[in-house]
Amino acid sequence: MTVLTGTTVQIETAEGRWLTVCGLADLTPGRGVAVLLPDGRQAAVFLDSAGRVHAIGNRDPFTGAGVLSRGLLGSTGNGGAPFVASPLLKQRFDLTTGACLDDPDPAMSVPVYATRRA
Amino acid sequence: MSAATETIVLIGHGMVGQRFLEELAERGLTGATRVVVLCEEPRPAYDRVHLTTYFTGTSPEELSLLPEGFAERNGIELHVGDPAVAVDRAARVVTSRSGAAFRYDTLVLATGSYPFVPPVPGRDSEGCFVYRTIEDVRAIEAYARNRGTGVVVGGGLLGLEAAGALNGLGLATHVVEFNPRLMAIQVDEGGGAALRRTVEGMGLTVHTGVGGQEILANDAGEVTGMALSDGSVVEADLVVFSAGVRPRDELARAAGLAVGERGGVAVDERCRTSDPDVYAIGECALAADGMVYGLVAPGYDMAVTAAESIARGRDSATTFLGADTSTKLKLLGVDVASFGDAHGRAEGCLDVVYADSRSGVYKKLVIARDGTLLGGVLVGDADSYGLLRPLTGSVPPAAPEQLVLPAGLAPPTALGPSALPDDAVICNCHHVTKGVIRAAVADQGAATVPEVKTCTKAGTCCGSCLKVLGELVNDELAACGVAVDTGLCPCFSHTRQELYEIVRALRVTSYRALLDEHGREAARGGDGCDVCKPAVASIIASLAPAIGAGRHVLDGEQAALQDTNDHFLANLQRNGSYSVVPRVPGGEITPEGLIVIGEVARDFGLYTKITGGQRIDMFGARVDQLPLIWARLVEAGFESGHAYGKALRTVKSCVGSTWCRYGVQDSVRMAIDLELRYRGLRSPHKLKSAVSGCARECAEAMGKDFGVIATASGWNLYVGGNGGATPRHADLLAQDLSDAELVRLIDRFLMFYIRTADRLERTSVWLERIEGGLAHVQDVVVHDSLGICDDLEALMAAHVAGYRDEWADTLDDPEKLRRFISFVNAPDAPDPMVRFVAERDQIKPDLTVLIGPELPVRTLEGSGTP
Ligand code: SRM
Ligand SMILES: Cc1cc2nc3c(=O)[nH]c(=O)nc-3n(C[C@H](O)[C@H](O)[C@H](O)COP(=O)(O)OP(=O)(O)OC[C@H]3O[C@@H](n4cnc5c(N)ncnc54)[C@H](O)[C@@H]3O)c2cc1C
Ligand code: SF4
Ligand code: FES
Repeated sequence: MTVLTGTTVQIETAEGRWLTVCGLADLTPGRGVAVLLPDGRQAAVFLDSAGRVHAIGNRDPFTGAGVLSRGLLGSTGNGGAPFVASPLLKQRFDLTTGACLDDPDPAMSVPVYATRRA
Repeated sequence: MSAATETIVLIGHGMVGQRFLEELAERGLTGATRVVVLCEEPRPAYDRVHLTTYFTGTSPEELSLLPEGFAERNGIELHVGDPAVAVDRAARVVTSRSGAAFRYDTLVLATGSYPFVPPVPGRDSEGCFVYRTIEDVRAIEAYARNRGTGVVVGGGLLGLEAAGALNGLGLATHVVEFNPRLMAIQVDEGGGAALRRTVEGMGLTVHTGVGGQEILANDAGEVTGMALSDGSVVEADLVVFSAGVRPRDELARAAGLAVGERGGVAVDERCRTSDPDVYAIGECALAADGMVYGLVAPGYDMAVTAAESIARGRDSATTFLGADTSTKLKLLGVDVASFGDAHGRAEGCLDVVYADSRSGVYKKLVIARDGTLLGGVLVGDADSYGLLRPLTGSVPPAAPEQLVLPAGLAPPTALGPSALPDDAVICNCHHVTKGVIRAAVADQGAATVPEVKTCTKAGTCCGSCLKVLGELVNDELAACGVAVDTGLCPCFSHTRQELYEIVRALRVTSYRALLDEHGREAARGGDGCDVCKPAVASIIASLAPAIGAGRHVLDGEQAALQDTNDHFLANLQRNGSYSVVPRVPGGEITPEGLIVIGEVARDFGLYTKITGGQRIDMFGARVDQLPLIWARLVEAGFESGHAYGKALRTVKSCVGSTWCRYGVQDSVRMAIDLELRYRGLRSPHKLKSAVSGCARECAEAMGKDFGVIATASGWNLYVGGNGGATPRHADLLAQDLSDAELVRLIDRFLMFYIRTADRLERTSVWLERIEGGLAHVQDVVVHDSLGICDDLEALMAAHVAGYRDEWADTLDDPEKLRRFISFVNAPDAPDPMVRFVAERDQIKPDLTVLIGPELPVRTLEGSGTP
């Protein structure tokens, strides 16, 4: 395990605990990383071009694979709200609400986790 | 609360109750009156229709139907977890379990249904469940842990959903249905048979025509199995009853309101019960047509009717006289739809049936003698539901036989939404007609599906109308003469070709700068999108040496722009693993090379396959294994095959004059030379090539973007060929070329294509689209009509000189290697979703871990916390 120095990124788990997941420097603007949560689920953490950190579920509801962290970010066409496009079948997910922008079915949305810097 | 204020009390906060509140709010009634809601469940209304998605990770909060702040904003008093226990109509008072009393002026019952549990002995055993609420599914999930087999009693819509959920939880699952077929209400015999085959194909066991006789239990009172009416026994640890629902009319009965013989609170066409101050809506109501509706759309209609009646009294023109029970569902991943007179009950009607048991598709249309479409059943392929349902009751504009044929077999006259009349209901959930949708586009200026959804509500419930909705919006836009925006995407109003020229002329080396200075006003300063990022990354990469940008696709900002395949220099597969394709120029490989690939594949347990591109693909690598695999390959002299990039893929070859008795040139050598020259070249789409040693064309060069065929005196160059879905034979660009002439022409051709093609436009499509076609391209690259050939050649020379293997460079750069980890906080924990099972002595993805709920396989102790 690496020791993190400088600003770190934390996300709030389902149990309401703040979990330190990585250093801010580990994130590339416009891309994501996958995080293993204490309950065994996965989250995807992104840094957008404005420097905001977002976290959603990593599981792509369309394919079941844990890949959303590997998608590309965008914001245009969603009223400026950032989204990630699934790398598998390209559906877009709003990073602030978890809703799928290409399918209104709530079953196709992903969980959103609160994030903070520490 | 002053006694003068009118009070509306709503009993039941389910799907229909919530919709009723929204309708009240929309009519401004929530401000003027006191609204009290008694909610039995421990949480406010949620989306019961999508209850099953709980098992695939949707949380109860996500299922909630109560918009944040809705109750507060509208002054609604919501009593969660406090059901009504009595209604005193004389005193007009409702009492709740907690003992509170509420005086009402108007009372609305929206108590829904309860699941019917057949009176079989042992039904109270531990491990018996129903399937209706979030508490139910939570209890099932908890009990199913560490248990092996489950039985679902009932093979209807809900039973199959429950069965799918048990299957997803990893239980061996049985379905017991009393009727002779599955989903007896919705589908006919043929449809039931198709559904059964598909369900069985997923590993479920189906018992039809039998009933459950007794639930067997052990001494501890836990379920151990179920005895069936045919004398057999199914061993099981868990039973889910899903044998239908019954209206919850107990409060109404006790209060002396009229109820139907078989249950349901009787209401009139304005949804009033036998007491005009008491309404009943949703699944608890027996509608004026004598039906109890177990679907959400009729319930919503009743909610509107009741709200309208309360708001306007006698003036209300809205009535509920019955509803369409058409449904389209996806059960266990199978599309099932039924509409209209699905069972062909009308006098003298005829069936038109298409059935393909191999693919599990069954489609039936019921047609009246005069050709009117009366109804139908679609199983396995319900794509046409959105069009067929609105056509019900009319004579379709195409012959019924054509309407049931699968897309590929149907004649191109296939009917589109333009065939529908304006009063056809497109969205059944919200009763939105084609006319309303057209008006939203033509008069209200809605130009996209999301905009139409906001202003009409169409498509916002079950979503089964979205496909037709999209087609209608486009048709209507075209009819209004709306100019089609030729911009690349919502971020850029320029075409790809224009962006290429801007990048080149102004030497723009960063996407950020391009977006902020040349993007559309609204997109500047934003995050861009997934369309333009890879397109711009590709332009910058093709021009990198000429404009002085970083050479490696993962350098600096470029890394953030690449599509995921380029980002990991490998091809993403359906389960999140990657495939690895080393370059094998011309398809020529030494025995040592084969051995290295074999050893690497064996050591990492990868699936191997010879590709259609004359090389070897290794599948099933986890992201964290990629650098380890490539370290071995690079050491043995292999380099990236760019199977992941919009770049040169392969140059295939035939054995040519060296071995073949017909060969006239050394096609293998030429193929290798070309592959090594153009490797790594980023382009608008992938590039493929082949070289054949004679006119017999064993390398299939005429199917390639640039293909070379040997002649007695040199080479013929063909361009614009394509395999794939729309094959195209390549056109001859020039004949009898020397080696040097051939290479020079290809240099120019490729660079001209890269400069002028659209994003994701193969050479075949580009050649057809570009003004002047082949003749123009010939003029430019053979006769240099634009005087740009020196320039094109120089660009290619820079590319060739600057080529470096992406994988070798990546392995040398710790910064680039950092991305190849499974989890940022647990780099050594393999992704639990990437699992494999055996097939034909190799591995294949284990798809069951993907369909089931997310796998919490191992817990993480302390990692990630500094
Ligand atoms: C592996 C391979 C199939 C195989 O097992 O043989 C394959 C696999 C894929 N092909 Fe292919 N194609 C493969 C040879 C072909 C061929 C045959 C050939 O190249 O001679 C063709 C027809 C020739 C052609 O392209 O014109 C072919 C026509 C396509 C197309 C249709 C292209 C078109 O213009 O219509 C696609 C889709 C696309 O690119 O949009 C495609 C897309 C794909 C993708 C990339 C789909 C995807 O996005 O996941 C597949 C992933 C490859 C991977 O994960 O490694 N593949 N594909 C072959 C790899 C060749 C190689 O060594 O690189
Ligand atoms: C798994 C599943 C899948 C379904 N799929 C579909 C589908 O694909 N399409 C479709 O159209 N329909 C579907 N349905 C049916 C749909 O959910 C119902 O038609 C709809 O929920 C009916 O709404 P309602 O408000 O009438 O009843 P409900 O949503 O059941 O709400 C009634 C509420 O009233 C409460 N209540 C009862 N008595 C009292 C009392 N005395 N005091 C206070 N509260 C009380 C209950 O606890 C309940 O919360 C599905 C149902 C299930 C269970
Ligand atoms: S294309 Fe001609 S040279 Fe090549 S293998 Fe076929 S027959 Fe032989
Ligand atoms: S038909 Fe259900 S949303 Fe339109």
